[in-house]
Amino acid sequence: MGKVFIPIGPQHPALKEPASFRILLEGEKVIEANVRLGYNHRGVEKACEERSYLQDMYLLERVCGICSHSHSTCFIQAVEEVAGLEIPPRANYIRTVVAELERIHSHLLWLGVAGHEVGFDSLFMYVWRDREIVMDLLAKISGNRVNYGMNTIGGVRRDISPGLYPEILKAMDVLEERTKYYIQIATGEMSFIKRLSNVGRLSKEDVETMCIVGPTGRASGVPRDVRRDDPYAAYGDLSFKVITDDHCDVYGRAVVRVLELMEAYSMVRQLIKNMPEGPIVVKAPRKIPAGEAVSRYEAPRGEDVHYVRSNGTEKPERVKVRAPTLANLQAMKKMLENYYLADIPIVIAAIDPCFSCTDRTIEVNRLEKGTTELMSWDALRAYSIDWYARQGIQLKGIRL
Amino acid sequence: MAKEEEIRESLTKQFGALEGKIRIQRARRMWAEVEPSDFETVLDYLRKSQGFVILCTMTGLDKGENLGIIYHLAREDGIMLNVEVTVPKTNPVIKTVTAVFPGADHYERELVDLLGFKIEGLAPGFRYPLTDDWPEGQYPLRKDWKLDPSLKTGKIEES
Repeated sequence: MGKVFIPIGPQHPALKEPASFRILLEGEKVIEANVRLGYNHRGVEKACEERSYLQDMYLLERVCGICSHSHSTCFIQAVEEVAGLEIPPRANYIRTVVAELERIHSHLLWLGVAGHEVGFDSLFMYVWRDREIVMDLLAKISGNRVNYGMNTIGGVRRDISPGLYPEILKAMDVLEERTKYYIQIATGEMSFIKRLSNVGRLSKEDVETMCIVGPTGRASGVPRDVRRDDPYAAYGDLSFKVITDDHCDVYGRAVVRVLELMEAYSMVRQLIKNMPEGPIVVKAPRKIPAGEAVSRYEAPRGEDVHYVRSNGTEKPERVKVRAPTLANLQAMKKMLENYYLADIPIVIAAIDPCFSCTDRTIEVNRLEKGTTELMSWDALRAYSIDWYARQGIQLKGIRL
Repeated sequence: MAKEEEIRESLTKQFGALEGKIRIQRARRMWAEVEPSDFETVLDYLRKSQGFVILCTMTGLDKGENLGIIYHLAREDGIMLNVEVTVPKTNPVIKTVTAVFPGADHYERELVDLLGFKIEGLAPGFRYPLTDDWPEGQYPLRKDWKLDPSLKTGKIEES
């Protein structure tokens, strides 16, 4: 049978970020896979050298739409180490609460996407509905669904008021019940198990030699987790299990993520229960003394690494970001070769892609009337056309 | 920080040239400066005898006359050793580590594209992260590099 090259990407249905896969097929079998990255290169590291540390924190929060808190925390941990700042315990706890809530939202998002990629759309609908619970919680804590802006050099910008604790704990109870149901599905639903088992295998040895990170590595039986191995923020005070699985395939990656959700609920409960009193921020200098530091952080997709070198001014000399996906994409070749073309979307999705933006109705609180009304997408669109018309901008004829 | 002290001691014992070049910044964070000619043997020793089996990433630095590379190595127990190697900017050649850390492929390509390193032994492949038509000799992460609007890439050729 003849061999044929097909390009998949750069705009790929399974990924929000562009990446190009050059696939050599024989029949339906993948003989060779090569990954071309870099379509999303924005020169963030160079941009960081031209901005102040605080500006960089906001810039780096926008490296990723899903693990935004991961990047900003990872960066300021390095800055704080160079500056010799001691962070108040309450700030560390708040950072960790947001970190674990972010992991919950990211893992739920992944589970939904995985369901969708294998044609199990009812799972996708259920999971993403439940994900709204944690999204609402994040919005209540920080004011935002993503890019929370919680951090600042020396602590956090917003406190979590004790009045919110019962709501957080109740949300954890609800999510835990729902996750138990998803664990039942993940471990009992035969169509799900059969579709994911023995797909995209990655051996334990490959994980170790290629330095694969996060749930992708843990699903091949490698118990590496920065939260335990190199504790930061409040993780040193928490008791939790590092979840591993020895299936070494996409199924294992699904199991690790759903079980990690249960650990995250327990961690949030411990954090809320033991939340220390006190200040949430210490004053940070504008100029950071010369020095260097490297910070590691277990983001939902794996280890995030930031390196900061300071030259004693207000702007860093060098900032280096290594997001977990870069480490894991290197194993993509191994995971795709000798599998079928139809497996490609779920195998790519199994290292956890970015996927956001849900079409949803918007709840409008009319403060003056004290009433709440729902605005449909169409009504919102009509409202925006009308709003622009009143500003003198005609949008008629432009496809929105 | 007993473990960190032990690592420092055995490293200086093994490689006399490292005397005074290993710094313990805090628990689990160590820094070392190694000569390019010694790097291969030091890395081999760190991997095989000291348990530094994880390469977290590689950072390239523009240090004026020279270019630097930091290999961020880690152990299973969380201790990190950041090994800095410095080479002259006029001849920034280093050997690849992909034979022992296959995952370093993209990290090394990034050093080639953004800082102009030459990596001996790096297998041919797609470049990363710049575009295929990026002009030669332009290394954006070098300190003297400024954005030049005349350097347009991504032109669509008319047929």
